[in-house]
Amino acid sequence: MSRTTLDLWVGLFVLIGAAALLFLSLRVGNLSSANFAETYSIRVQFDNIGGLKVRAPVKSAGVVVGRVSDIRLNTESYRAEVIMNLDTRFEFPRDTVASILTSGLLGEQYIGLDAGADEEMLKGGDGLQIGQSAVVLEKLIGQFMFNKAAE
Amino acid sequence: MSFKHPLDECFVRLKDVHFAYGERSILQGIDLSVRRGQVVAIMGGSGSGKTTLLRLIGGQLRASQGEVRVAGSELSRLGRNDMYALRRRMGMLFQFGALFTDMSVFDNVAFPLREHTDLPPEVIRDLVLMKLDAVGLRGAGKLMPSELSGGMARRVALARAVALDPMLIMYDEPFAGLDPISLGVVGQLIRRLNDALGASSILVTHDVHESLAIVDYVYFVSDGRIAAEGTPDEIRASRDPFVHQFVHAEIDGPVPFHYPAEPIGQALLGSSG
Amino acid sequence: MEHAISFVRRLGASLVDSVWRLGFAARFMMLLLIYSGQSFRRVHLTIREIYFSGVLSLLIIVVSGLFVGMVLGLQGYETLQRFGSGDALGVLVALSLTRELGPVVAGLLFASRAGSAVTAEIGLMKVTEQLKAMDMMAVSPIARVVAPRFWGGVISMPFLAAIFSTMGVLGGWLIGVVFIGVDAGAFWSQMQAAVDFRYDILNGVIKSVVFGIAVSLIAVFEGYDCTPTAEGVSRAITRTVVSSALAILALDFVLTSFMFRG
Repeated sequence: MSRTTLDLWVGLFVLIGAAALLFLSLRVGNLSSANFAETYSIRVQFDNIGGLKVRAPVKSAGVVVGRVSDIRLNTESYRAEVIMNLDTRFEFPRDTVASILTSGLLGEQYIGLDAGADEEMLKGGDGLQIGQSAVVLEKLIGQFMFNKAAE
Repeated sequence: MSFKHPLDECFVRLKDVHFAYGERSILQGIDLSVRRGQVVAIMGGSGSGKTTLLRLIGGQLRASQGEVRVAGSELSRLGRNDMYALRRRMGMLFQFGALFTDMSVFDNVAFPLREHTDLPPEVIRDLVLMKLDAVGLRGAGKLMPSELSGGMARRVALARAVALDPMLIMYDEPFAGLDPISLGVVGQLIRRLNDALGASSILVTHDVHESLAIVDYVYFVSDGRIAAEGTPDEIRASRDPFVHQFVHAEIDGPVPFHYPAEPIGQALLGSSG
Repeated sequence: MEHAISFVRRLGASLVDSVWRLGFAARFMMLLLIYSGQSFRRVHLTIREIYFSGVLSLLIIVVSGLFVGMVLGLQGYETLQRFGSGDALGVLVALSLTRELGPVVAGLLFASRAGSAVTAEIGLMKVTEQLKAMDMMAVSPIARVVAPRFWGGVISMPFLAAIFSTMGVLGGWLIGVVFIGVDAGAFWSQMQAAVDFRYDILNGVIKSVVFGIAVSLIAVFEGYDCTPTAEGVSRAITRTVVSSALAILALDFVLTSFMFRG
């Protein structure tokens, strides 16, 4: 009976398919790096977030330490509230400063963290005190023109 | 306890059965019965509703009126599971065998056994070889259906139809397209298997001479009605013009040569004018 | 006037006919699900169908995936180069494959290779009365013939799509890194930074599962429902390929609009 060779082929097929899925998740995707690690969430408010998007990276000294998980408008202060998930391997002092930066002149926007000097470390659910807003190019140009005119 | 009752003698009984495909009426008031051990032929021209009759008895179609009883159960009242339970006791030979083309001859015959029993492989093997031997094809078990001649395929299908030792075997045109030798072989097999199994058989056919030689009783169907019935001897001696035309293969008679139409002179003149 | 009446009448008839078919399809689907339990108990039937729809589609999937990836590599590099971001080639190739091209193109190939074969097989069994014979032997053709082919297709499809995407990424790598000379480190690391497991890859897999269900359902239904003549079977095969393609593209739009908003 040819059933055994047929079974062999099907087994091989499933194996190749599983290998392809593994390749996609580990080599192509980021399953191997930050995603499945445990995270804690930190809040921070900004006057203006510019073009920041959910899932944008959070970097400290250029190293990716987490991702933006949610962006909403706080209707009491009318400021943007950004929630980010940070890898538990990286702890930051309480007086860390978050700022919205752009990679390159026109690249994607991300959050940069500048560690402070506090003894106490941030815990999950804490909020940061200072959030430096995004540099909005139109405002910058407008300010420059205004200053020039004033001279 | 009631098997002495005359009705119970009949394994299959149709009473005033009507059937229609949509608005096209096929059967109009058929009465028919098949006793245990009998081989019964249903004859009639092409398109007279013979095959429909077989489908009704097999439960693949439902009568629009009247009752169809098989083994004492009224088919229209049976649910799907009861119908399947009843069909395990029926075998059916389709016109061209309807063998499963992706299985060998052996697997075809083993199919009903494997589906409906938990017999160990050795027992199934022995049973299949016995059935194949009964139709004279024990040596052909490894062949695929595409390698068989028409007559051999018919015989394999017959072996498959009787694999579960049915109480009722139905044949749809078992003689169609066979050479004279295969014809005789299949005819003898139908009779022998019926007697060996103690079953009842129904043949739907238009082959008069081959079937008159082997059957116990004949029904003639024409225009959805039973036109004549009787034992083979009665049929041969019949003076009924329909039966006479059919048995002696006369071109014109009660079954006209021409499809109903206006007279030809009128048709030809009409088209030119 | 007479023309108009007969036109309206034909329109009505075809409308009634399609509603009828839709109802039959729904009933068929119910039966298919009910009988699936029976066919799961006999796994070798489904394994056989995975062989026919999966293993036998492997070659066309591997070759097409490789070529699609190579074309993406060439075209993508050519476009990205104008903006001085040739390094992002890996991102472009991987995202377009895992999100869209993998499931969609693999689904279309699957429909024309395996779906049409399933329709032809079931249709042919209907023409030669094999389905009726099975039914007369008290074996449900839906449990024995239809359900294993349906599940074989549903199981094969995600694997085929994953293989297609993988081959595509390798094809893009071959052109981009080996032939054009994009930096291998940038190619892979930018890809990994941009492709998210849950967002991109898992959604792609979900798409391929949905396409597998749709194509397999269409294929078995068209075969089971075909007019039992040679012409009817050939028309059913055509319908399988055409409706599968339409279903894949329409479902892709619906799924994409749910998955990748914002």
